[in-house]
Amino acid sequence: MENFTPVSALIGGALIGLSASILLLFTGRMAGVSGIMEGVLSHAGRERIWRLLFLLGLIIGAFLYQLSNPSFFTPRDGYPVWLLIVGGILVGFGTRMGRGCTSGHGICGIANFSIRSIYATLIFMATGIATVYVLRHLLGVVT
Amino acid sequence: MKKSGLALISGITFGVGLSVSQMVNPAKVQNFLDITGNWDPSLAFVMIGALTVAVVAFRWIMKRPAPVFDTEFNVATHKEVDRPLLIGAALFGIGWGMTGFCPGPAVAGIGLQMSEAFLMVGAVYIGFLLHRLFTGK
Repeated sequence: MENFTPVSALIGGALIGLSASILLLFTGRMAGVSGIMEGVLSHAGRERIWRLLFLLGLIIGAFLYQLSNPSFFTPRDGYPVWLLIVGGILVGFGTRMGRGCTSGHGICGIANFSIRSIYATLIFMATGIATVYVLRHLLGVVT
Repeated sequence: MKKSGLALISGITFGVGLSVSQMVNPAKVQNFLDITGNWDPSLAFVMIGALTVAVVAFRWIMKRPAPVFDTEFNVATHKEVDRPLLIGAALFGIGWGMTGFCPGPAVAGIGLQMSEAFLMVGAVYIGFLLHRLFTGK
């Protein structure tokens, strides 16, 4: 438990909630990142522009925080590339099939009391936990 | 124009939130999912913080007839819990556990110059395209 950081997690979470509220109040859209990422492909014109700017904002926001706090975490090194590629493809495929990810279902959907989002969140948490268990404790391919 | 500006501000706020909370640290995400190992429950507090703000704000916002810069809310309304939802969420969770990245932190990680994040975003887009190929949409 030496890395337990509930206060920064709570503050960061509140900022994410604020971000989703800003987007909903002004644009009427849900801040589901997977849907916004995909929307860059499936839309053109102004519908593409606001999505690109939201994603650019994610990049800028992280960059600005790193400027103010350069050593806030040390990235891991040497993580298996095949896990990133196969896992990343599953994240892309799964979030389109299930119509949402941690932000769209886990935060926006649940905040909107969507029964679909509650089911989705329980399931991706369960399979995420099971996957880490298998990789770390059964196969030992990840530390 | 105003809509795009607000999307940028919302994105920046989101990116700072993902960084402050360390959702952008894939090892920490995997430690959160590792409930039988050296469990780090911190990231549960990200959800608590986000939901506390969003539940209250969304109630208030959705009482409006329309958003500030558009004519209607564009919010999913269907309620049916169907197979694609359940299977899709399950596959997403497997990918999340394998990598420690969900889509937001993968994009934000580009701003942190993480090589893993570039790889991740590319793979997520391949997943989107494969889904199109499979469903023909």
